[in-house]
Amino acid sequence: MTHGALFLAVFLACAVEAVEATTIVLAAGTAREWRSATIGLIAALIVLAGIVAILGPAVSSLPLRGLRLVVGALLLVFGLQWLRKAILRASGFKAVHDEDQIFADEVLAAQSAPREQRGFVGDWYAFTLSFKGVLLEGLEVVFITLTFGTNAHDVGLASLAAIAAVVAVAGMGVAVRAPLARVPENAMKFVVGIMLTGFGTFWGVEGAGAAWPGNDAALPVVVVVVALFAFGLVAMMRHSNVMPAPPPEVTMVGQR
Amino acid sequence: MTIALARLRAFAHFWYDFVVGDDWRVAVGVAVALAATYGVSRTSVPAWWILPVVVLVLLPVSLWRAARSKSR
Repeated sequence: MTHGALFLAVFLACAVEAVEATTIVLAAGTAREWRSATIGLIAALIVLAGIVAILGPAVSSLPLRGLRLVVGALLLVFGLQWLRKAILRASGFKAVHDEDQIFADEVLAAQSAPREQRGFVGDWYAFTLSFKGVLLEGLEVVFITLTFGTNAHDVGLASLAAIAAVVAVAGMGVAVRAPLARVPENAMKFVVGIMLTGFGTFWGVEGAGAAWPGNDAALPVVVVVVALFAFGLVAMMRHSNVMPAPPPEVTMVGQR
Repeated sequence: MTIALARLRAFAHFWYDFVVGDDWRVAVGVAVALAATYGVSRTSVPAWWILPVVVLVLLPVSLWRAARSKSR
């Protein structure tokens, strides 16, 4: 895999997760209390760092073929989930992911919850909302970074892409102090779904002991075929969709 | 005991939701396809095509099920 493809795949996937986490933290801070939301954010980052410290060496020490089989299977199942939702959204069968709406829903829920102080956390609701949001979205960032990085023998570059994505999105969130509605999240999710499915298929086959014709040269072909197939499915489903688009749905913490 | 069981159930539910997601048939299909790829790769027959073909079948079938349930 080229360095550019690795960087792009990890960057896009992590940026999508970071947008969702940022929306939740912003909602917790805006509607409740910034100090408790920030403590929740820091606590989640510490837990994630612990998970990386434990999982990183464990994943890296696995034999490559076994790793590719497990990682390929997981990425493929993960990718097909993303792609399925992206195609349903693009064809009007599912409400598009709307950060403004999610932010408004989170703020509404946060404003109606009672205030409770625990230890040095002034507002337990803001803390847990922020903590859970960052931990759940961060787990996906960790999973994608470690699996892509280890398989491509370049955990450093994958980590750099993940950090760049998180810093860029968090920076935008801090700058605007509002939901990142202008980020083309639905289109990014479509691309990430295609990439996860393509990489998962490629590594899964190699991990299961089969060889691709053309070896590594087959990877871009697989990704392009998945992309064309996905666009074809969107076109077919749009054509067959006579039902009006469903109303915007309330998306809970951790849902993609 | 009940609280511990509930937490264990919630933990298992979280990981199921995280990994398997909305359609368990997709996960089962991928696992079966990988097992078939492994089995065929032990013979002299090329096995690389099995997983892509299964993906090209699984995705539309899963979408069709989802679209049908939304249309009801």
